[in-house]
Amino acid sequence: MKALDRKVWRDLWRMKGQVFAITLVVMSGVATFVMFITTMHSLDLTRNRFYLDYNFADAFVSLKRAPESLKDKIKDVAGVNQVETRVSAYVKLDVRGFSEPVTGHIISVPDDGQSLVNRIYMRKGRLADPAKDNEVVISETFAHAHGFNLGDPLAAVINGKWKKLTITGIALSPEFVLVMRPFAMSPDFKRYGILWMSRKAISKAYNMEGAFNDVVLTLYPGTKVNDVLRELDNIVDRYGGFGAFARKDQISHRLLNEEFNMLRNMARIFPTIFICVAAFLLNVVMSRTVNTQREQIAALKAFGYDNTAIVIHYGKLVVLIISSGLLLGIAVGIWLGQILGGIYMEIYRFPDLAFILKPWVIVTAIMISILSAMAGTVHSLWRSAKQPPAEAMRPEPPAKYRVSLLEKAGIGPWLTQPSRIIVRNIGRKPIRTFLSIIGIAVACATMISSGFFKDSVDHMVNVQFVLSQKEDMAVGFTEPTSYRALYELKEMEGVHYAETFRTVPVRLKFGRSSYKTVINGIEPDSRLHPLLDTNLKPVTLPQEGIVLNDYLGKMLGVKAGDMLTVEALEGSKAIRQVQVIALVRLYLGVMGYMDLKALNRLMREGDAVSGIYLTADERYQDKLYRSFVNMPRVSGTIVRKNEISNFYDVQAKGMLFFTFIATLMAGSISIGVVYNNARIALSERSRELSSLRVLGYTRGEISYILLGELALIALTAIPPGFLIGYGLCAYITEILQSDLFRIPLVIELKTYSMAAAVVLVSASVSGLIVRRKLDHLDLVEVLKTRE
Amino acid sequence: MTAQRNPSNNPENVVFQVRDLAKIYDMGEVKVHALRGANLELFSKELIVLLGPSGSGKSTLLNILGGLDTATSGFVSYRGRNLTSATEAELTEYRRFHVGFVFQFYNLIPSLTALENVSVVTEIAGNPMKPEDALALVGLTERLDHFPAQLSGGEQQRVAIARAISKNPEVLLCDEPTGALDSQTGVVVLEALERVNRELNTATAIITHNVDIAAMADRVIHLSNGRISEVTANKVRKSPREIKW
Ligand SMILES: Nc1ncnc2c1ncn2[C@@H]1O[C@H](COP(=O)(O)OP(=O)(O)O)[C@@H](O)[C@H]1O
Ligand SMILES: [Mg+2]
Repeated sequence: MKALDRKVWRDLWRMKGQVFAITLVVMSGVATFVMFITTMHSLDLTRNRFYLDYNFADAFVSLKRAPESLKDKIKDVAGVNQVETRVSAYVKLDVRGFSEPVTGHIISVPDDGQSLVNRIYMRKGRLADPAKDNEVVISETFAHAHGFNLGDPLAAVINGKWKKLTITGIALSPEFVLVMRPFAMSPDFKRYGILWMSRKAISKAYNMEGAFNDVVLTLYPGTKVNDVLRELDNIVDRYGGFGAFARKDQISHRLLNEEFNMLRNMARIFPTIFICVAAFLLNVVMSRTVNTQREQIAALKAFGYDNTAIVIHYGKLVVLIISSGLLLGIAVGIWLGQILGGIYMEIYRFPDLAFILKPWVIVTAIMISILSAMAGTVHSLWRSAKQPPAEAMRPEPPAKYRVSLLEKAGIGPWLTQPSRIIVRNIGRKPIRTFLSIIGIAVACATMISSGFFKDSVDHMVNVQFVLSQKEDMAVGFTEPTSYRALYELKEMEGVHYAETFRTVPVRLKFGRSSYKTVINGIEPDSRLHPLLDTNLKPVTLPQEGIVLNDYLGKMLGVKAGDMLTVEALEGSKAIRQVQVIALVRLYLGVMGYMDLKALNRLMREGDAVSGIYLTADERYQDKLYRSFVNMPRVSGTIVRKNEISNFYDVQAKGMLFFTFIATLMAGSISIGVVYNNARIALSERSRELSSLRVLGYTRGEISYILLGELALIALTAIPPGFLIGYGLCAYITEILQSDLFRIPLVIELKTYSMAAAVVLVSASVSGLIVRRKLDHLDLVEVLKTRE
Repeated sequence: MTAQRNPSNNPENVVFQVRDLAKIYDMGEVKVHALRGANLELFSKELIVLLGPSGSGKSTLLNILGGLDTATSGFVSYRGRNLTSATEAELTEYRRFHVGFVFQFYNLIPSLTALENVSVVTEIAGNPMKPEDALALVGLTERLDHFPAQLSGGEQQRVAIARAISKNPEVLLCDEPTGALDSQTGVVVLEALERVNRELNTATAIITHNVDIAAMADRVIHLSNGRISEVTANKVRKSPREIKW
């Protein structure tokens, strides 16, 4: 090994503390980047393979009932490749040992077992035998949620009649990668499942022989989907079509896409923070190194090393510092990516997760590291090269100190000499002090961003499930029903109070944009289901016109006063114009809201209601939903408290993981910055501090000078840390907006305190390490050697 | 006692030629005239001492001779090559293959052992000696694997000399090599320099503000206030051993 290369390794060893700090930060940045990106790529690849292998549909349409002969007409539409007709139905299920209402979505499988489109992947068991009418294959999440196994029984109300089914298989489908009840707030694997039955059995039960009520189809590449959808709507219109939609609006697909978006954004934010911090740390360390080695550089130049050689020499040092972080980061990122992939796989179901690491991810990770290295060290390297060799031979003049502003402001006389040293030292390197404060503030901010996530979700749940859903149960009818149903339900034993609601599935159109959703009709001054905006103010629904969620408004490009086209997707299939009265900010869902009466007027359907919200005596609740299960008209019942606990059940692991990662990152930044600061301060000041020791100052007194400065910087960093944290959270809420929910910007006091605590603890730990070093300061040695 | 070498005026023997050399440090408001028109020759094989009070321009002159610094005006040539107009790259090449430096504060690389400190130079030189041999010349055979912090000041300076001569340079430039040493240690260092000059015939310039040291030179160049005030030739070179200060 060349002697100069040996110097690189020894310098590296000498700086090991700081190298470790930087490694930690670079590692965290690279790891989060690799984790988020590879998880996204792996999920994307897995999804694409699943879609391809199991022939996921390009277009979908449901209808009331159409003869099988209509299939050929659909096939003839230009661009349509394969068509599969199906019979599908929502049924109430009764799970043994689980007293709550459960909904099943039954979908038919061709009797020969050969689905063309949306083929199912059998995880276990076999398809239902068409010769038997009581066999069923269930979705994996549902099976897991209840611990079902092959051969277990399952009771269902099929077309009003109780039927005992036997589970013959457990399966997945590209259509239900994410199993979610339509218009639900979050997946509920316990109370909602997919059931696949033979076409023969289900047709018989629903009198659908020779007919169908659901179509899925694939298109030839290059086909304009919208044209096909229009044709489809025309064809099925007479048969009670509910509006055709493309893959991009299919719920499982859409939510997966949103998840990818989130991963992509995360992969952008966190590494960016780390690049900046790593660059800052490298900058401090390298400028310090180049500075202390001024005379060595000069000597090397005097012996004929040229600038390039010097820059390469220090460049090697930087590369080594960076590469350990880079390599560790890639390894840790892959590892965490697999964990995250596993967490996703609990919610999003694929046959198996293909893990891929694209080469460009590694290349980008390397680029990110190099970028931070360059940003941090170019200046020092350039300075090392620029130094005229003769200049460097002159000993460095004493550092320039000044009487600080604080002292000028009049506190001077009260300062002890050590305090004076602290104040002046901070004033001497204002830029570095400033950057240190920012660095620690960023750590504090990262910590806030991890705590904020939980605060916000809690808040959202509180607003959505507690404040604006005061009912104990929501009972849905199979069809719009007369308002009189309300009186019937009110009479039931245990019911305290009830009010009606109306939900109309619609397609909203404005200009060129359209969106499939529902309009919620709410009773005026609803007691159970008030519409609350993000300021928790009840939204008063106007006598006429519609109120849109602002996210929906943005998607459609409408503003208050615009006329919106509403295309009902059930019943009369009316196409109406309605004025947008206001856009309101809501956390969850993408829907329209109208006064119940106004909605019914718009639909011209009299006093129809879709369901009833009710509050009931605790003791009667079990009995109540037992009876609802047995009512043919009732399609499903949602129990609010279940919805809350379910929300947490599903999200908990993901949230815990996110918090864990963010805390880890915040910790590494804060330790990295604070520790690095302390080490630099120690190496710069050990001569000065030793001199003071020689003059008779105690260890405690000299520690105060150094640690006091660190403490002052750490404390000063906390308020800006809160500020940056707030900004970071605001930014995260902005980019994480999705159809499913808008994360509110809510940061609890305890999150701020926690963040401050992490900073202070890491500062104290760094301080203790430095304090130990100070105690072992070799007075003679330090005074003898010349820097 | 060593016989004086005859500095012949034969142009072939001229190593350095210095004409009207001036150096002005522009410090913004003040301009420091470090050199105000110096004229000088240095011949091969000779040992000269640059003598003068602190601030008289000795280091400035030496730095310019060694290609570490550039003059404001005037002319310097090394074996007929114009140094004043040389580019940065040419100066680097010149330092790499022709000049050895010894500094007042040794400037060893603390993270490298004595042997490695010498290797740093031999690795890039054109016709170097073995690092061990260079260290043997200064009597440090026993301390090859010691780090600078484990060596005394005199030993460090001898490593620095070994480092400077290991490339077999044509000239050896030493800026107050004994400045940081006590006189006893200083003598050992000067002996090493004298030996190199004698055995390897390396033209050597030694800066000092110590009049006594001047006795070991072939010629003594007196500087004051940026000018060469006097050049004296010693009929006899004193051995460093006979010098005390
Ligand atoms: N880089 C520099 N910048 C400004 N002034 C300098 C610089 N180097 C030397 N000087 C000044 O030039 C004069 C000569 O310096 P120098 O050659 O180092 O003297 P000597 O080595 O004889 O003590 C001194 O006044 C010194 O302050
Ligand atoms: Mg000098």
